[in-house]
Amino acid sequence: MNKIITLNNLIYKYDETSIRPALNGVSLEIEEGEWIAIIGPNGSGKSTLAKTINGLIAPDSGEVFVDQLALTEENIWEIREKVGMVFQNPDNQFVGSTVQDDVAFGLENQAVPRDEMLKRVESALSQVKMLDFKEREPARLSGGQKQRVAIAGVVAIAPKIIILDEATSMLDPQGRQEVIETVQQIKEKENLTVISITHDIDEAANANRVLVMQEGKLVKEGTPQEIFSNGDQLIDMGLDLPFPEKLKVALEERGIKVPETYLTEEGMVEWLWTLLSKK
Amino acid sequence: MMEKLIFGRYIPGTSWIHRLDPRAKLLSTILFIFVIFLANNWQTYLLLFIFVLTAVLLSEIKFSFFINGIKPMIWLILFTVILQVLFTGGGEVYFQWGILMLTSQGLLNGVFIFCRFVLIIFMSTLLTLTTMPLSLTDALEYLMRPLIALKVPVYEIALMLSIALRFVPTLMDETEKIMNAQRARGVDFGEGNVFQQMKAIVPLLIPLFVSSFNRAEELATAMEARGYSGGEGRTKFRKLDWSASDTLVMVVFVLITAALVFLRN
Repeated sequence: MNKIITLNNLIYKYDETSIRPALNGVSLEIEEGEWIAIIGPNGSGKSTLAKTINGLIAPDSGEVFVDQLALTEENIWEIREKVGMVFQNPDNQFVGSTVQDDVAFGLENQAVPRDEMLKRVESALSQVKMLDFKEREPARLSGGQKQRVAIAGVVAIAPKIIILDEATSMLDPQGRQEVIETVQQIKEKENLTVISITHDIDEAANANRVLVMQEGKLVKEGTPQEIFSNGDQLIDMGLDLPFPEKLKVALEERGIKVPETYLTEEGMVEWLWTLLSKK
Repeated sequence: MMEKLIFGRYIPGTSWIHRLDPRAKLLSTILFIFVIFLANNWQTYLLLFIFVLTAVLLSEIKFSFFINGIKPMIWLILFTVILQVLFTGGGEVYFQWGILMLTSQGLLNGVFIFCRFVLIIFMSTLLTLTTMPLSLTDALEYLMRPLIALKVPVYEIALMLSIALRFVPTLMDETEKIMNAQRARGVDFGEGNVFQQMKAIVPLLIPLFVSSFNRAEELATAMEARGYSGGEGRTKFRKLDWSASDTLVMVVFVLITAALVFLRN
């Protein structure tokens, strides 16, 4: 396995006078092809952490390696070609006047020749199933559609890493699902590494690895099973639990014995029907 | 919401005028405003009217749209015409009071000024009705290219224009939301005298400004994350196609200019 991202002891303060750093000694290694979910309460430094990876924020101290390349002033644009980022607000990252113009924006920045651009825009849009909308203006798209266009814009530049910075938090449940499914499909196809900063705990439950941040530090790290099976701590931090965990807690309150380990939604269904058929 | 937009009243269509290259349309509209000052008798004005009305016909857009283009300007036009009529001497004097006078030359000048206004408005309305604002930005960028030598940030200006256009509907939506939020708190829009109405705008503008600045900052971050590092060294996705009809337009334009020079007094 290849280490695609290595963060070494990152420290960052938004301004000199603040007492608590936004990042307080964060170290992290991410393997190629992983899906990482970063959760944590508001102001825990999740977004700040994400922005250090493509140099939108330069840490006060510590090192960032992307694809074995140390992030410096000189190679910052090279690294941004490897890291695609989708932000929270669908409107505030839509640069182009139409869908295809927006997808082309990143390619224009990289001075990709026009013929090549046309091909890549088409293929990126068909991957997010937005090809029929390519002439549309953003005002006539839903939030979920705009986010899919943003993903197409990222896919077009063929990055190795996609960072979703709360990309689904302003969407309705349907839009949320559309966006996550789209990213999942593209991740499988292109063998991308996905870092998803999220409040949506059900989304985090599908990750390979979950990182929990609190007060600028990584406080917990593990598989979703490990993280969510001790739910009390998460609730103490002001975080929600995935639906199957909530169901487990509710069942326990009613005196039904449930397995200690974390179960996915499918696992929960499996366990429930075996339990019922035994009766 | 979109229908209310006065700015960029583009009417989609496939007429010959619609299909012209925006550069040809923009260039001829700008040149027209200069060339019109060559006209100084009825023959020259007639020629220009034939030119403009042919273009209007070719655009396949209802004539009322062009008349509507004049409406907001009507007071300015009348004011200018009246000044022209009252202060121009020469020819037969019908009436005089101090420095004010009504002369045949003055009346004729008044009519010509009126025609000049109408022609310019028709021509610019034709441009905005048949050309997408975005295409206009592209044309502007192309025509301003020589200014790069003078260190004018042409690419940046063009990008700024296109982003501004792209955000017009977004900000309109936002305005509507804020208005509703303020209405729910008891603000009355469009009631009372001018002063009260102005005052009602303040609680609208402040949140709008704040959110626009936030948007701008987020947009800048997103653009940077997508590799934008200034206007230099970018390729362009949008392409303009100069065709034979565009050359034809420019040739006709030169011929008309020559005819004007020949026909004028």
